[in-house]
Amino acid sequence: MEKTLKEIVDGYRKKGGNIITLLQGTQDAFGYIPREAVAFFSEELNIAPSRFYGVATFYAQFRLKPIGRHKITACCGTACHVKGSDKIISGLKRELQLSGENDTTGDGEFTLEEVACLGTCSFAPVVLVNGSVRGKTSSDAVVKEIRALRKKENE
Amino acid sequence: MSNTTVIRVCMGPGGIAAGGKEVLDTFEKCLSEKNIEASVRENCSSHQVGCMGLCARDVLVEVHANGAKTTYQYIKPDMVERIVTEHISGGRPVAEWLVDDAFSAFYKKQVKVVLSDVGKVDPEDIDAYIAAGGYESAREALTSWTPRDIIDEIKSSGLRGRGGAGFPTGLKWELGRASAGDTKYIICNADEGDPGAFMDRAVIEGNPHSVAEGMIIGAYAIGASKGYVYIRAEYPLAVERLKLALHQAADRGFLGTGIFGTAMDFDIEIKLGAGAFVCGEETALIASIEGQRGMPRPKPPFPVNRGLWQRPTVINNVETLANIPYIIRNGCSWYASYGTERSKGTKVFALTGKIRNPGLIEVPMGITLREIIYEIGGGIENDKSLKAVQTGGPSGGCIPASMLDLNVDYDSLARAGSIVGSGGMIVLDEDDCMVNMAKYFVHFTQTESCGKCVPCRVGTKRLLEILTRITRGEGKTGDIELLERLSAGVKAASLCGLGQTAPNPVLSNIRYFRDEFVAHVRDKKCPAKVCREMLTYRILEKFCKGCGACLRACPGGAITGAKKKPHVIDPGKCIRCGACFDVCRFKSVEKE
Ligand SMILES: Cc1cc2nc3c(=O)[nH]c(=O)nc-3n(C[C@H](O)[C@H](O)[C@H](O)COP(=O)(O)O)c2cc1C
Ligand code: SF4
Ligand code: SF4
Ligand code: FES
Ligand code: FES
Repeated sequence: MEKTLKEIVDGYRKKGGNIITLLQGTQDAFGYIPREAVAFFSEELNIAPSRFYGVATFYAQFRLKPIGRHKITACCGTACHVKGSDKIISGLKRELQLSGENDTTGDGEFTLEEVACLGTCSFAPVVLVNGSVRGKTSSDAVVKEIRALRKKENE
Repeated sequence: MSNTTVIRVCMGPGGIAAGGKEVLDTFEKCLSEKNIEASVRENCSSHQVGCMGLCARDVLVEVHANGAKTTYQYIKPDMVERIVTEHISGGRPVAEWLVDDAFSAFYKKQVKVVLSDVGKVDPEDIDAYIAAGGYESAREALTSWTPRDIIDEIKSSGLRGRGGAGFPTGLKWELGRASAGDTKYIICNADEGDPGAFMDRAVIEGNPHSVAEGMIIGAYAIGASKGYVYIRAEYPLAVERLKLALHQAADRGFLGTGIFGTAMDFDIEIKLGAGAFVCGEETALIASIEGQRGMPRPKPPFPVNRGLWQRPTVINNVETLANIPYIIRNGCSWYASYGTERSKGTKVFALTGKIRNPGLIEVPMGITLREIIYEIGGGIENDKSLKAVQTGGPSGGCIPASMLDLNVDYDSLARAGSIVGSGGMIVLDEDDCMVNMAKYFVHFTQTESCGKCVPCRVGTKRLLEILTRITRGEGKTGDIELLERLSAGVKAASLCGLGQTAPNPVLSNIRYFRDEFVAHVRDKKCPAKVCREMLTYRILEKFCKGCGACLRACPGGAITGAKKKPHVIDPGKCIRCGACFDVCRFKSVEKE
């Protein structure tokens, strides 16, 4: 990790970046913003950790917890909302046993993300399974996929 | 040209979702395999293009051969071979896969300016854009027009900002020009925050060069030497295509030092947004580019006087900028010939929701909602009846079905209590609940409020609480009036446009659908049968065949019944998920 962080900081110094670009680079590398990364940057750049967390918590893009191995992205944009994305999301939460703010299963296998409009409203409701689009879908169909992914892992 | 065969495969957001990449690859594979005998190779090219508009019928494929254009709909990779054999080699189009009448009706009332090259030129090839006349406007503007000429031309065109507020673009540039300072910036706002819209994304993915060209012309008009595109990181393909476009433009000397052989230096840098709706607001966007938390600040000073790094900065929306090359090319009076007295030109909308032909449309300002919904959109899905059209997203409002003859322009929509907004247009039918819709938008703005000022931060939270309790059947007498009072307060006292417009969906839904709010509050009923907590599910004994589908689907274990015997729901265990209602093939589950 140290080496990657060093590279990110070097890039930042060379290109005259800012906290947002630094964190974006970190998230690209690790999938989230690890505590150690903030400590490292803070030390290297002599910027208080609170400044990093201030930015990281302001923007929806940044995660402070690791992401699951499989990513399910449910669109909750307006078009998907009127086509029943609520039902899909509550169905998926039930299946993955997620509640409250928690978006990743205890075993770190699945993360359920909610985003606004994916630009494919004509196929609403839309869900991405590991980045590929499932249009006019239902919670049943996605649950089936999740179970299939689980089964594959267990084999 | 006429003997060149060109195949265009939709690679817009919808096209890709429907498998456009596979279709394109199959075409290329299939063509190169068959080319062994025919010398079509040099003449035949399959291009990727942006959104063709009618995304619901993707993958759309156009074949241009012998001077004629044929369009196919719903194309899958396994259909490609037959098109190649019968149509491209054989000259006989595959009749049963062609688009139907609804397809031509979809385009008939549209006027394409911003989208005129989207879906036609390959967005990854600068020569395709140049061949279509691209960068000619910038060249001409920079070599033979004065900045003043450009500002006058844009002013006379009547173009108003397409990012939502509708501020006259020519005037904004004039202010930018007049603002003192030797370093100035132009920023393209591609944050596209409205959660149900994708116009800007389609423009950038479909024709990124038009945005770059618009920025070059704008920069020359105001005297900027550096431009930024602030684009959401959630649009990776748009970012990639824009990057490529900027590289290609720099290679040709359209960006960099001494562009177009003149003394002007101009560069464009891409800045990725990090997912905050409020960053679409100008001052928050500037803070975000500077690497800060994206919080708005009071205006004045306005960005044209003190913007990015305290320098004069002009911020324009993607669609606004993409209009510019076409206005310069065809003249201001051509542009102003479309639209109404005070709303000139065309506007792109993302037409979605309960509509038969959802997709991306561009229409002249002043067209009626009826024309959009019934002629372009083909009417309401599943023969349901229209209830309302929501425009302007979380800052806008709804137009009820009774006002279908309303003209779509800045003034008419404002009078009706909504806005043109950035271009989301969501069609709602009898099954949509207006209280739920209001709650949906307030939930969005409440989550996205930056928290700087109390009326917005706390006000939207209270609005959401009240709406939530109403949708749960816990509404109290006086709640509707409370919503109205609170909304007025939030609108009046918030610092930025987010808070100032957040109550709009609530007010407009109450204005047109008060009865529905009353039914929720007084009778504890949701007339559209959407609000879960107020519904009860029941199995109608006389229809139930005892197939057990609902029993298997029920996540709460609330359904019991022996095989082939009528099943029953235990209301105490039912979590009202609606699964039984959806799976029953005999329509024997009733919700009330
Ligand atoms: C909360 C909020 C969000 C906004 N989001 C966007 C956006 O996503 N895209 C956009 O172009 N304008 C957005 N705007 C409007 C911009 O602040 C600004 O008016 C616009 O980019 C100016 O460009 P124009 O004059 O070309 O319309 C938003 C405004 C507010 C208050
Ligand atoms: S109105 Fe809302 S979003 Fe705008 S500055 Fe105030 S708290 Fe932030
Ligand atoms: S609504 Fe859901 S929980 Fe209730 S009976 Fe039907 S399937 Fe079961
Ligand atoms: S609202 Fe879901 S894809 Fe647009
Ligand atoms: S994305 Fe293919 S038509 Fe819109």
